Amino acid sequence: MIDPATGRNQRMIELTIDGRTVSVPEGSTILDACRTLEIDTPTLCYLENLTPVNVCRVCVVELEGSRVLVPSCSRKVEPKMVVRTDSERVRLSRKMVYEFLGSSTDLSFAPGEVHRQMESYEAKPDRFGARTLPAKSGERDHAHAGHHQPAVAGHAQTVFQPVKVDNDLYVRDYSRCILCYKCVEACGEDAQNTFAISVAGRGFDARISTEYATPLPDSACVYCGNCIAVCPTGALMAKSEHDLRERGQWEPAKQSVTSTICPYCGVGCTLELHVQDNRIVKATSPLDHSVTSGHLCIKGRFGWEFVQNLGPLTSRDAP
Amino acid sequence: MDLRWIPGATPTSAESAAIDQALTPLAADSVELGPRQLLLPALHAAQSRIGWISPGALNHICQRLDVPPAEAFGVASFYAMFSLERRPQAVVHVCDDIACRTSGALHICSELEKKLGPEGKPPAGAGATWLRSPCLGKCERAPAVLFQIAGAAGGEWSQSPATVTQALEGLEHRTPPTQASTWLVPQAQGPERHRLRLLRRIGKVDPENLDDYRAHGGYAALRRALELGPDGVLREVVDSKLVGRGGAAFPTGRKWEAVARAAVRPHYFVCNADESEPGTFKDRVLMEEDPFAIIEAMTIASYATGSERGFIYVRGEYPLAFARLRRAIEQARTRGFLGSNVLGHGLRFDLDLRRGAGAYICGEETVLFNSIEGLRGEPRNKPPFPTQVGLFGKPTGVNNVETLVNVLDIVLEGGPAFAAIGSGQSTGPKLFCVSGSVTRPGLYETPFGVTLRHILELAGGIHGGRKLQAVLLGGAAGVFVTPDEIDVPLTFEGTRAIGATLGSGVVMAFDDSIDLHDIVLRIAAFFRNESCGQCVPCRVGTVRQEELLLRLAAGKPLGSRETESVLLGDISQVMRDASICGLGHTASSAIESAIKKLNLFQGAKKR
Ligand SMILES: Cc1cc2nc3c(=O)[nH]c(=O)nc-3n(C[C@H](O)[C@H](O)[C@H](O)COP(=O)(O)O)c2cc1C
Ligand code: SF4
Ligand code: SF4
Ligand code: SF4
Ligand code: FES
Ligand code: FES
Repeated sequence: MIDPATGRNQRMIELTIDGRTVSVPEGSTILDACRTLEIDTPTLCYLENLTPVNVCRVCVVELEGSRVLVPSCSRKVEPKMVVRTDSERVRLSRKMVYEFLGSSTDLSFAPGEVHRQMESYEAKPDRFGARTLPAKSGERDHAHAGHHQPAVAGHAQTVFQPVKVDNDLYVRDYSRCILCYKCVEACGEDAQNTFAISVAGRGFDARISTEYATPLPDSACVYCGNCIAVCPTGALMAKSEHDLRERGQWEPAKQSVTSTICPYCGVGCTLELHVQDNRIVKATSPLDHSVTSGHLCIKGRFGWEFVQNLGPLTSRDAP
Repeated sequence: MDLRWIPGATPTSAESAAIDQALTPLAADSVELGPRQLLLPALHAAQSRIGWISPGALNHICQRLDVPPAEAFGVASFYAMFSLERRPQAVVHVCDDIACRTSGALHICSELEKKLGPEGKPPAGAGATWLRSPCLGKCERAPAVLFQIAGAAGGEWSQSPATVTQALEGLEHRTPPTQASTWLVPQAQGPERHRLRLLRRIGKVDPENLDDYRAHGGYAALRRALELGPDGVLREVVDSKLVGRGGAAFPTGRKWEAVARAAVRPHYFVCNADESEPGTFKDRVLMEEDPFAIIEAMTIASYATGSERGFIYVRGEYPLAFARLRRAIEQARTRGFLGSNVLGHGLRFDLDLRRGAGAYICGEETVLFNSIEGLRGEPRNKPPFPTQVGLFGKPTGVNNVETLVNVLDIVLEGGPAFAAIGSGQSTGPKLFCVSGSVTRPGLYETPFGVTLRHILELAGGIHGGRKLQAVLLGGAAGVFVTPDEIDVPLTFEGTRAIGATLGSGVVMAFDDSIDLHDIVLRIAAFFRNESCGQCVPCRVGTVRQEELLLRLAAGKPLGSRETESVLLGDISQVMRDASICGLGHTASSAIESAIKKLNLFQGAKKR
């Protein structure tokens, strides 16, 4: 097979998945091979245009010779691998990952695909009891690593907390955060090179944070919104969408999408404008677009509505 | 990178001086290894100068090392010994882990709470506070505390056994008491002392004197190694059948050969001295009392694997071990036992000493690399394995302290002679960290093959004429064994046969007066506190596991005991099957064994 990127002949690797033989180019992952065979494999932290972090573990498969399950999204294929994706062990682990996330975070804005998978794995997040009430504002931001007092007996601990609304462009609702690391990657090495956010703390208190949990306007954030574009659960959301949802006026059924080219500079990023009732309510860029890979800058992402309203940006953002 | 710093955050002159003083001597490293790996030393400097890492200090560090502030915050907030909020200069960490809570630690905690306010939340203006701590590695002299005193005249030291009064006095006087000895090696005084190998110099050699080390046979092994040549050393280590003593029991010779053969250069060699498995204190005794042996063994390991640079990573809670190693490295360097021409043999090897800051997970080898590199303490994906892609992305050998010290005898006596000691696949001598309800807790050495009963007898049996209830074998990541099982041979094969593990050599005994429910709950809390949080099965699973046990302990199951038991089974299975690293894989093993074998949490409380 000719690799389109290098024009060179690529070695094919043959492996067995669920008893079926498949050949994929060297360097492919088990997930790529599963997809070749059209085996429905759930993923949460994986995204084509980001470096795999393999942390959610929902994509695990059984690999002959390995004591533990392996993440299909990052494990590279090797000749003669024997993989199972439909065993009891695999099903249990996937179901438990969904139950753990469903019981500790708010998945109500996660795409339908997530809910469909949860149903097909018979995930029952309620098995762990009633969920704890939201933490006080800032409490999770300041959790010290190490010793903890156990939470209210009989309750399932959650990451619930008030929404962070500290600027006019986007909100951070970390009650919905599954800690998939995508936003950190998009803000850092994989796209934006701004490094405004990082994972802080550890264990169940690990969280996405700016330095000292400082509000976004005081942070290094340049409001490119690339983190919003990759967030799989709606934890990061344009304020326009958040406000409409708060008012009960967010109606995807009434929205249409128009493709256009961003007018602000010569790069020519493809913009997809989501329009509801003749108003632009959101701008995105397709993940598979060769120029953007889904990434934009503040003007493309927010300029359609907020170009005259850059109030929250402080002097740190001025050139 | 075009980074943005924290607006308006300037360090005080004391802070910037402390950080600069820590970084300047390391400037040369920064050229070879990049500036980021100096993050942890710099954070330590800031923390120990004023007692917390202020935005000004962090900003200064970030500017010097070219690290984005959000990332530096992400790293600093990972460690329990760092504070990112203003806190009193004097802090005492009180171990409330397994051995200490059976020896009065909870009393210390409740008294300190009365005197100093809630843990970590002192009243305004207070000069001192206290924090609960996981095992401080001094279980043989429980209960233990660790003082962390900031300021120009500050310092860090541990005290064990400790009382409430001593804890308060330490906070007030802020100077270490003069303690005769900090270790307990009962065999060093007994008739068995001539048969000791790993422990033979303990208490006999001055750990701060290179000449004394040489007078006790030190550096004979390195000379022999230089005669054998790198391949000769590799052969002896392979023939010795030595396997790692850090918990995973991997053949050391195979690991060394893989590093030696790796084409990519340079190679690095790392000594894992993070010893944080609850109940483990063997590496501490070796580091505190025989530090030159570790340096010599590291030199041999590096010679055999073609590494010119080594790192020793010591857990943050071991200030004395760190100080002794630092002095020993300095002496070795001055005297030509480290540097560009070791022993005048043209061998180039130098050692860096690094200090953790309170995170059990940093003992996992790939986390240890990340920690040295100034990244968050999260495990890397394997493969690739460290022998190919390790520290700074280079081929790296990593061994536990005890593993390395074994190498000295292997080189001196030859691999086959070493392989003749022990039993079956478990060759050589082994250290056992014996604590809990025994008459003489301490560090014991025997050849592989003796039974658990024998070890308990060496330690004088169960104290106070009481009966044995259970033994925790292998630490929090190990399993409980019952009195019926104490004739198990303490070998890798023997323990495997009863579904147990030697782990790091922990033997913690519980007499029949101890409430094991409380111990099991502490183990659950340990894993919840120490999970790095990266993967879902362990981040949430350790929390759900603790919640479930608390429900059972309170006699308030969700649904029935049967549904709870199914749920616990599911939680442990996903942690074992789908977690990224060994922490998640073993987070339920001791707990499951306690429930299955000891009938805990089955109804009304025992006793
Ligand atoms: C959670 C966790 C903690 C660990 N802690 C330590 C430790 O403190 N010391 C150690 O030597 N090995 C520790 N290990 C094992 C190391 O990953 C590695 O196997 C070991 O350092 C290799 O050295 P060895 O072959 O000499 O045992 C730990 C592993 C895990 C999964
Ligand atoms: S908006 Fe852009 S700069 Fe700001 S946090 Fe998100 S990715 Fe980083
Ligand atoms: S905020 Fe969204 S993208 Fe970022 S880690 Fe959480 S879920 Fe993932
Ligand atoms: S198993 Fe636990 S400690 Fe290991 S990577 Fe996952 S969350 Fe971190
Ligand atoms: S999708 Fe593979 S681990 Fe998350
Ligand atoms: S020192 Fe307290 S349990 Fe080990």
